[in-house]
Amino acid sequence: MTLVQNFPALCILLTLVCAVLTSVLKRRSAAVVTGMVLVINLVLNIMALMYTLKTGESYVYRMGHFPAPWGNELRVGVLETGTASVLLLVVLLSYLGAYRRSMQKIEPTKYNLYGVMVDLCVLSLQALIYTNDLFTAYVFLEISTLAASGLIMAKQTGRSLVAGVRYMIMNLLGSSLFLLGVVILYSITGHLLMTPIHDAVAQLAASGEYQIPLDVTVALISVGLGMKSAMYPFEKWVPAAYSNSTATSSALLSSVVSKGYIFLLIKIYVRTIGMPVIESLGITDVIFVFGAAGMIVGSVAALRVRTVRMMIAYSSVAQIGYIFLAIGLGTMEGMMVALWHLLAHAATKSMLFISSAEMDEASGGTHLRKDVQGAFYRSPLAAFAFSLGAANLVGLPLLSVFVTKFMLGQTAVAVGGRHMAATLICLTISTLLNLGYFMSTAMSLYVHDGETGSRRKPDHLVRLSLAGFLALNLVLGFCAAPVYQTLLSGFAVFG
Amino acid sequence: MSDRKSDLPGGRFVRWLNQDQDVLERQMIAAQNREPDSDEEMEEAWRRERFLEDQKEEEVVASRLEALNERKVPVIGRVVYMLGCMLICIAMIMLLLYTVTTLPGFGGEIDPAQNEVPRRYIEQGLQETGALNIVTGMILDYRAFDTLGESTVLFAAAMVVLFLLRLDPESNRYSTLAASIREEPYADTFYEPKNDSILQHTAKILTPVAFLLGIYVVLNGHLTPGGGFSGGAIVGAGLVLHVTAFGFEDIRRFFTYRTYQRTVVTALLTYAFSKTYSFYTGANGIESIIPLGMPGAILSGGLILLLNICVGFIVTCTVYVLYAVFRKGDV
Repeated sequence: MTLVQNFPALCILLTLVCAVLTSVLKRRSAAVVTGMVLVINLVLNIMALMYTLKTGESYVYRMGHFPAPWGNELRVGVLETGTASVLLLVVLLSYLGAYRRSMQKIEPTKYNLYGVMVDLCVLSLQALIYTNDLFTAYVFLEISTLAASGLIMAKQTGRSLVAGVRYMIMNLLGSSLFLLGVVILYSITGHLLMTPIHDAVAQLAASGEYQIPLDVTVALISVGLGMKSAMYPFEKWVPAAYSNSTATSSALLSSVVSKGYIFLLIKIYVRTIGMPVIESLGITDVIFVFGAAGMIVGSVAALRVRTVRMMIAYSSVAQIGYIFLAIGLGTMEGMMVALWHLLAHAATKSMLFISSAEMDEASGGTHLRKDVQGAFYRSPLAAFAFSLGAANLVGLPLLSVFVTKFMLGQTAVAVGGRHMAATLICLTISTLLNLGYFMSTAMSLYVHDGETGSRRKPDHLVRLSLAGFLALNLVLGFCAAPVYQTLLSGFAVFG
Repeated sequence: MSDRKSDLPGGRFVRWLNQDQDVLERQMIAAQNREPDSDEEMEEAWRRERFLEDQKEEEVVASRLEALNERKVPVIGRVVYMLGCMLICIAMIMLLLYTVTTLPGFGGEIDPAQNEVPRRYIEQGLQETGALNIVTGMILDYRAFDTLGESTVLFAAAMVVLFLLRLDPESNRYSTLAASIREEPYADTFYEPKNDSILQHTAKILTPVAFLLGIYVVLNGHLTPGGGFSGGAIVGAGLVLHVTAFGFEDIRRFFTYRTYQRTVVTALLTYAFSKTYSFYTGANGIESIIPLGMPGAILSGGLILLLNICVGFIVTCTVYVLYAVFRKGDV
């Protein structure tokens, strides 16, 4: 085994060690250590991505001296390393982009604990992406929930506490449903490792044994993870959690924490249960309906809110709806579109959160939609980043979400029937609604109404982060074909 | 100008009659509003302003919430909501109960869980891990990565609770929550008996026993039932009993926030580093230099004893810290 193959496991352990160390460091060194961890993780993951790209295959990494199914193991392929690299880059940029502003909302003696929460998020994200074991996934799901609720409540105002408690309740319910599903799956297959479960489930499906527990377990896992990743109609925690926490927290939550759960769900569908069984159970139709409803309801709600962050939060519900709609199509191509949109949305949404926070700051600290009018003249870079993100989510060609919409339509046409009609109608309505709220806000940024206020010079961390976000989004958009092909090759060895 | 007039003798009296601002008061306001000197002061002023803004917003939210609570919800709506909740819960319960009846019998002959996985744990666990207690061998050797994650869950829980509830000497400046708790310190322990002699006598006898039993359970985790999680919980319970009986002043002599930090960081780092070694050698096919020892001896089972001690420390500290922080906002 070469050294590079150890990197994913080492990244997980390194993040854990640094999370522990950060808890006893002083303010500045804690922030520096957290930043360093993010950079090192990103570099190591990119090196692992290079390695897997070269071999083109996925490999199993044994955690300890005993092979699975007796011990734990990780599984590393192009898809895993690619997703981890993009999401880690998003974490790093979000951390840099709103670090100063987020810290001003937190008690000075607790800066290091905020760093611990960020570290724990990154730790659980990587573990969820790489693990090949359902129980390990559950353990890190818990860490992720705890860290995320810490991130939401970091401001310690009344609103953020209420939002955090609500998040906690919904997510614990989701975790416990997931755990129940795992327990039932264990008792009918006798395994916790994903690959042997796949074989056992295929056997059960062929023989028709334990059909009811199998149905129930898939439903429990889907609903549990859906709840945790803001699938409609379990999205009630989203608006408060995203709009009342610090800017870094909302960017991390919307683009990284919930994406880890969705990645896990796709892994369970494709690798653990197997797509043929999933299709025969009919669960994908339910997810399809939820996804379609989420696309519409999220967008309609976003039209009506008054603050920019609330609007972005509701738009998250709609975008998560896209992902679940793609999963709900029930084909491998649909899963691939879901994975693509997962990355595209993560890159765009965090950019929107960071840039809107910067614009709010430049516009006098308010969050209202009407107050950001003319923000381009106060904070050009942030306004440009915001409008690019908005244009992307609306589906401007040459950008990443356009690829999602295009591929979604194509996949739906291939599926045909009612799915095709529903997908195309929902896509159209949702795009129109997106135009309604995003473009009106983005255009108002350029309206010159006489006195636009003083121009704010963002500090270099913010500029670096916004430039990074712009580059990431443009690369994902312009180089969509090669990136998509790479992911596709990873997806071929994923199951 | 009226200012000029107010500076004349008797002007202040006139102003006072008119219920206008006092000169002294005006000077104080001017002093408050003066431009801050250094960057730090500016930051400080900015923070205070933010804090006041937040507080104002909190008040608005609170009043709105009050209005919302006073609003009369139509009876029919409430009934429908309650019925809906109950129906969903009952349906969920029935579904899960029905699923349980369709599951394979526990430990029966056709139980799919009776496969090669537990068979190897039972048959070869002793040789491979060196632990007489198979369960410990399983969680700390075969599946040590999961257990590392679980210890991290405890760490994360303690960190979040400290993040939210710990009141530092200076924390009441910026956090509304901290400020409001500061106003009523020890509110939750107000009615509790202090220096209760029955409790103190019981604690005097029980605490050493709990400590000894807990340490025994931790150290013999690889030989007899128990281990770091259960032993740590027992020692933690002993600490909680002690602090309930003798108060925080007494326990501070040997257990402070610093003690907690040092213990947990050392324990978790030891766990993480020793397991990193073991994962690395295991995955790369390198022979581990850690001897398994003679099964049944106290120094046996490879890393298991060390890991049990680490987990024991983590659990002890977490149990005590959660209690202390929830009770008075500090360790």
